[in-house]
Parts: sequence; structure tokens; C-alpha cells
Amino acid sequence: MTRQPRVSEVSVTGNSAYLDLQGIRKSFGSFTALDDIDLSIQRGEFVCFLGPSGCGKTTLLRIIAGLETQTTGRILQAGRDISVLPPAQRDYGIMFQSYALFPNLTVAQNVGYGLVNRKQTHAQIAPRVEELLTLVGLPGSGGKYPAQMSGGQQQRIALARALATSPGLLLLDEPLSALDAIVRVHLRNEIRDLQRKLGVTTVMVTHDQEEALSVADRIVVMNHGVIEQVGTPLEVYREPASPFVADFVGKVNRLQAVAEGDHWFRCGSMRLQTAPGHGADFRPGREVALYLRPEDRVVGNVRDDDPMRCAGTVRHIEFLGGNCLAEVDVEGIPGQPLQLQYSLNQMDEFEVREGASVRFALRADRVRVFPMGAA
Amino acid sequence: MAPMTATVVAPPLRQRVHWTDRIGNLMLLGTVMLLGIGLIAPLLLILSKALYAPEDGSVSGLSAFGAYLASPALLQSLWHSVWVSVLVTLIVVPLAFAFAYALTRSCMPFKPLFRTITLLPLLAPSLLSAISLIYWFGNQGIAKEFWLALGFSGIYGAPGIVLAECFATFPHVLMILVTALTLADARLYEAADALGTSTLRKFFTITLPGAKYGLISAAMVCFTLVITDFGIPKVVGGNFNVLATDVFKLVIGQQDFQRGAVVALLLLAPAVLTFGVDYLVQRKQTATLTARAVALVPKPATSFDAVMTLYCIVIVALMLAMFFMAVFASFATLWPYNLTPSFTHYVSGLVDAELGGAMLNSLKLAACTAVIGTVVVFIGAYLLEKTRGFDWARPLVRLMAMLPMAVPGLVLGLGYIFFFNAPGNPLNVMYQTLPLLVLCTIIHFYTTGHLTMVTALKSIDAEFEAVSASLKVPFYKTFWRVTLPICLPTLLDVSRYFFINAMTTISAVVFLYSPDTKLASVAILNLDEAGDTGPAAAMAVLIAATSAVVTLLYMVLGKWVERRTQRWRNPSR
Repeated sequence: MTRQPRVSEVSVTGNSAYLDLQGIRKSFGSFTALDDIDLSIQRGEFVCFLGPSGCGKTTLLRIIAGLETQTTGRILQAGRDISVLPPAQRDYGIMFQSYALFPNLTVAQNVGYGLVNRKQTHAQIAPRVEELLTLVGLPGSGGKYPAQMSGGQQQRIALARALATSPGLLLLDEPLSALDAIVRVHLRNEIRDLQRKLGVTTVMVTHDQEEALSVADRIVVMNHGVIEQVGTPLEVYREPASPFVADFVGKVNRLQAVAEGDHWFRCGSMRLQTAPGHGADFRPGREVALYLRPEDRVVGNVRDDDPMRCAGTVRHIEFLGGNCLAEVDVEGIPGQPLQLQYSLNQMDEFEVREGASVRFALRADRVRVFPMGAA
Repeated sequence: MAPMTATVVAPPLRQRVHWTDRIGNLMLLGTVMLLGIGLIAPLLLILSKALYAPEDGSVSGLSAFGAYLASPALLQSLWHSVWVSVLVTLIVVPLAFAFAYALTRSCMPFKPLFRTITLLPLLAPSLLSAISLIYWFGNQGIAKEFWLALGFSGIYGAPGIVLAECFATFPHVLMILVTALTLADARLYEAADALGTSTLRKFFTITLPGAKYGLISAAMVCFTLVITDFGIPKVVGGNFNVLATDVFKLVIGQQDFQRGAVVALLLLAPAVLTFGVDYLVQRKQTATLTARAVALVPKPATSFDAVMTLYCIVIVALMLAMFFMAVFASFATLWPYNLTPSFTHYVSGLVDAELGGAMLNSLKLAACTAVIGTVVVFIGAYLLEKTRGFDWARPLVRLMAMLPMAVPGLVLGLGYIFFFNAPGNPLNVMYQTLPLLVLCTIIHFYTTGHLTMVTALKSIDAEFEAVSASLKVPFYKTFWRVTLPICLPTLLDVSRYFFINAMTTISAVVFLYSPDTKLASVAILNLDEAGDTGPAAAMAVLIAATSAVVTLLYMVLGKWVERRTQRWRNPSR
């Protein structure tokens, strides 16, 4: 069951994919930046490339844009082979982390930059520019220079400029990383709404898992130049395909255990059975790692006969605002403290304090099992 | 769209080249050719001349080379060149460091004024200071007695060279050190203060290490400038031979090109060495500075500021004395008997001697260099930084653009004789023409212009070209609408640099003029040689005045450009 959902399965199902990457490889000398990437993106989809820095996500985006050339592999966009076409002959709009607004041109000139070259008259361009500025929430600011705008506003102008020529594909390279936290959350929702409204196929590169989870239709988790998992935000969070994904997306507890067969695992003096379909069975005696999210526990109404029932002592509490993470020494699992999530209200209700005893039950149905050393 | 046969095979894929990108690639090839013809070919010919075997085949090229090297006269010149250069470096670098320290770390008044006055020597050929020295301490100098009382036997020879070079190199060294001391991180000093560090300890643990690379670089530049300069030794050197004057005597006097080439190679060696060290140092320098550094603002300290002001006044007074002695002497009717101001030297010494044409030639050369040089350097730097493709050519252009800094003008000029005067070369129609002088001057000063442009271009967002391509706008349109307007102030700076240097340069062009293309700066040398020191001073002053006026014009133009095209930099919100 740890088998990765192969992306090719999606592309095999039909030629309906808008953007099709086939066997993309990129090497810089002896270093392989991307290794055999297969990916299909449907028309109108919002896809996030998510991964730590150096995982190859930006390289992949730049290959789609034609700013880099893949060593091998094919790219099809709307059925057209664009593998070796220069950027100017591809159909996309792009937005960079740096905004890349032309500082000496006004906002209107920036937004209309691609339109002027399409032999459109000034009378055609002006209303289109104003329409785009309204679309990104900045009507009437066409006469200003970029230096007069805030970071968030500049990024909106960059978005308007990228959308001006109505491209079939929108590429966003870490568009929000240079912004303040609050502006970032605000703008990502706006980008999402705008994308829905226009239905433009969008690829966004980000290293921020929260950002990816909140906006994407599908997330492509990448690491060391390979795709670790492709799936909806919920799939990626709930059913991580690899220890890397489980670690990278969200918080997770990792417990050493030994397989006993028939989905039974022994962890310290505890035995637990994972739900069928949540990880492959392992032959008895095999060392495994159990992955469990801090919120995958039951804290109220723990029945005494619940086999997943645990008791422990709170060692330390990390306050995170609406939620807290309690690090708990669990009886029967020595040396492997668990992080459990409590809402602030639950903290009061169950009297969770440092040094206090707590009772809870693990949700075995949420446990993911990976072979030891796979991370 | 794509052909059916477009299957994936072993060799790495290559992107199809858009026709607009082909234009860029072709122009990059043009840059390679220009630098190849204007720099590499002449240098290679010097090498081949130096290693040339005599026709009778009695000795091999290499042993002939060795024999020249071992000649006592040459060894003596080499020794002279080296110790004079080292001595000047040891004098100028500490003096300039103290001055730069005063400019950057004290709260003394009149900083801009002091700074401007120290830049005066840059407006005239370096030998202006040598001519001034002759009027001060020469055989008919007004302070000759003072000079002799100091224990020198006369101004001609090593003392004169060292003193004149100190004045000529001071502004160059000062500029480097001011830059090095400006790049200070105030947070380091705050941390030191918080730990209760003494002023002296802060100087030795923060200031000096911070300026270390600048100091090394300044010392290297000073050494190279002195060892390759030939105007000053020519004027005040007397019988004191140095390598630079040897090249001139061998080539112009004795027409011994092979021996000249050998000496030229010797001159090239220290220059290449310092260039290499400087290059490594510069790379480290940028790495030590972070974008988060907080600029250091000096705090007033009464006694320290007073000492620094006094020191700067002394230095500035010396520079003014040096500069204005030449001006004064150029207007003196008959030195030293009749000091009444008149235009005698200007009228009878220059106009009547038909040297007006030389001035005109210099202006033409400077104007052409300022325009063509700026365009060539800017386009070269742009192609290098902002276009794609032709990856094999890029490191080549980068290297060739850095090389002129290491090539002394004399060596370059000699190479031009060998290359452009060769009978088989179709380009020899250019020999001794103005276009060749322009080419030579552009190449001679290429590196500084190139580096300035590259810095300006690097500060522009690297994704502009990518955005343009995604919007289907060809690169040249973005160049015209965005890159060029942003870079205009830098373009003006580079253009001014070319103009001033073309006005004042002597070393490379001294080999390349004909009577029709004689230059004002070279005329100074000829006048001085003929004993017409008065007209020589007048010509030097004329050049300095022209440079000053042109600098002012550039400043006015710069203000205008800023108002017209740079409004976006600080728009009113």
C-alpha cells in the first residue's frame, strides 16, 4: 500500500491533459536536478510544486517556461509539442518572486507591455489595462510608478501583466515569498479566486506547505529532483506516500515499531493494528516507523477497554495560539515522547499542564506505516 | 506542430533559437571579434616579435630573448622601475589612507571640496605634475634652494619621478580607499562599543581588516600605474632609465622593435600579476559584505576632526600648489625673468606652432571615444549579462574585457604597431588614422567602462528578459524601453570617463599618430623634449581646462537626464 500513485496513470486515461510532462530530466554536469519527471495537468487546474529549496521545483517551472532546457524529455501543451520552443513561442504568463516590474514604466505601461507588441491600438489597450487593474483590485492606479506601490500591490500588477495577453497557462514562481505574512495570506486567496474566475491553468512553485494546502487543486511534492507524491491537499496531508511527505507537510510523530503480521505492530509495550488500506503489511519482525499526526488522537470519552488507550505525563507545552502542542511521555513507550495537539479550550477542560497526567487514545485508523530507514 | 521524428534521444535537447535571439548572438560574436582584433592579436604579435629568431639562424628566438633580458642596461632599468614603484606605493598608500579615513570617518567640514580638489590631477595628463615640479625645483625653479637644502642633488632623476608620481597616483589610490572605507558595517562598531573596546583596538580589529582588500588593491594599482607610466620619467627622469622610457627609446629612437617587444613583455608581467591578485581580492571583497549591513555614520569628535581637517588642508594645499604652478607658469611671459601674466605661450608656443590642430584632433578622438566607446562597451556588457545562447563565447568575452586593465598603454600601442603596420594585414589602411586611435583608446580603457556597466546591469532584475519573452516582446524592445533608460546615468558616467581619458592619455597613442593625427597630450611631450617647457605647460593646462569644462557639461547633462528619464526613482507618493 505504500506504492506511490503513479502520475502516469492519470495521463494514460486520456489526452485531455492540458500540460503533459513526459520523462523530464535535467542535469547540470554530473548533478541531476530533475530525474524522470512525468506529470499531467488538466485544463483549469491549480497545481502547486511543493518542496524544500534545491528540490528542483523552480527548475521544473523554468523548463515549462522555456527559460531552461531539459536534458531529455517532452513537454506537450494543449497537444502541441513545445519541448524545444524558445519562450517567445510558448503560451504562458509568468510572475516572479521579485515581481520584475519595469521600474521606469508606469503601472499602465507595465500591464500593457505585452499588448503594445500585438499591434493593438492605444484605444484598444487602455480599456483592457483598466479592466485588468480592476480585476486585481487596483483600479485607477495606472499612472503611478511601481516604486509608489507596496509589495503586495506590485505583485498584483505583475499578475495583471502576466494575465494581460490571456495566456493559456499561468506560471507563478514563489510569488508570495517576498511579502509580509498577512499580505501573503490575503493575496494567496485573491490569486486563488482570480484563477477560479478566469479558469486559467496555473502552476505555482512554493516552499510553504500551508500555502500549497490552502490554494492548490493538486500538490506535487518534490524532493531531490523526483516527485514524491501527487495528490489533492487532503490526500497529501492524510495519506502521505512517503516518510518525506509526512515530515514535510504538517507536523508528525514518528514511532519506532516492529511488525507482527496481519497489520499488527508492537511499539514499546503497546500493540496496535492499523486499518487495512493504510500501508502495506510487513513481514513479522520487520522494523518499521509509525507516522501519526498530533491531532490524530482522542482525548475525551476514552473508554477503559479501548486497546489504543494510553496514559502519560506532560513534559513540555508549546503554545501556538489557538492550539498547543503537548509533549507527552507515554507509559509503555519509553524514550519516544509523543506530540499531541490540544485546542486552548481542551487544555483547560482536561487540565493539561506541564507535569500533569493525561489520558488519550491513539487513532490507529490514521497511522501510516513505513519501513525503517526509508526517510 | 513539431515534426513526427522528434523522439527523445541521447544528446541533450537544444532549444530552438528564436530569430531575435540570433541577432543577440551575432552581436556577441561581433564583440568577440572586436576584442580579438583590438586586443588579442596585437598582444600575440608582441609575444611573437619578442621571441623572433634572427634571420641568419645563428640563435634561437628564445636565446635571443634571454640575451636581451640579461643585458646590464635592461637589468638596471628593471631595478630602477621596481624600486621607484615600490617607494611611491609605500608613500602614497598611507597618505591616501589617512585622507580617505578623514573623508569617511570624521565629521570634518568641507569634505566635498577636499574630495573635488584631490581629483584635479585626473583632468590633465600625468606629466602635468612633472612639469610643475620643474617650475618648483628645476634648474630655474623658484624653490630650487629649498630642494637642494633637503639634500637632493637636483629634481631630475629618481627624486623627481617619485615626487611627481605621488601626485599623479594619489587620486587613483584615494578613490579605491574611500570606497573600501565607505563599505563599513556600523553594527560591528556598535558590538565593539557594547563590549567596551578601545578606539585603537577597534581600528586594528575592525577598520583595518575591513579595508584590507581595498588596501591591497590600492597598492597594486599604485605599483602598476607607476611602473607603466612613461610621461613623468620622460619629463623629469633625466638620465635615470626605467623600463617604460626604455620601450619608447628602443622603438621610436632606435627602431629596435624586437628589443622593444622584450621590454614590453617585462612591463606586462607585473601588470598581469597585480591584475590577477586584484581580481582575486575583488571577488573576496564582495563576498564579505552583506546586504543587511548598516551604513556607518561618523560621530563628531572635536580634536580628532580638527587634526583630520589640518591634515587634509596640508595635502590639498600641496596638490593645489602642484596644479596651479603649471597654470601660473603657462601664463608667465618669460620664466623666471618676467612673470607678468600673458598669453605668450598659448599664442606663439601653440597657435603659431600650428598645434591648434593637435587640440582639435584630441577633441575629435575624445568625442569619438566617448560616444563609440560607450555604445560598444554598453552593448557588450548587455549581451553578456542579459542574453542567452552562445555559452562558449561568454567566458571568453568576460576574460577579454578584463584583460585591458592589465595591459599597459605602451605595450598596447606597441602591439598596434606590429599588428596594424604589418604589410600583409588588410587593416593596415587604418594605421596612423584617427579610427585606429579611437579603437586603441577604447580598448585601453575598456575594463573600467565594462565593469561599471556590468555592475549597473546586474542591479537590474534578472527576470526582465524572461518576462518580455513570455509577453512575446523581442529583447531589443525591452532593451530600448527599459534597460537603456534605466542605465542612462551610468552611460553618461562611462562616457565622461572615456572622454577625459582620451584627452589625457599618452602611453598607447604615442606610437600611433602621424603628423595629421597628432594629439594635444603627445604634443606636450614633444614640446618638452624640444625645451619648450612654457608651451608644454600651456598645452597641459589647456587639456585640463577642456576636461574640466567637459566634466561640468556632463554634470549639467546628467541633471537634465535625471529630470527627464529618472523620475520613477523617487516619485512623489
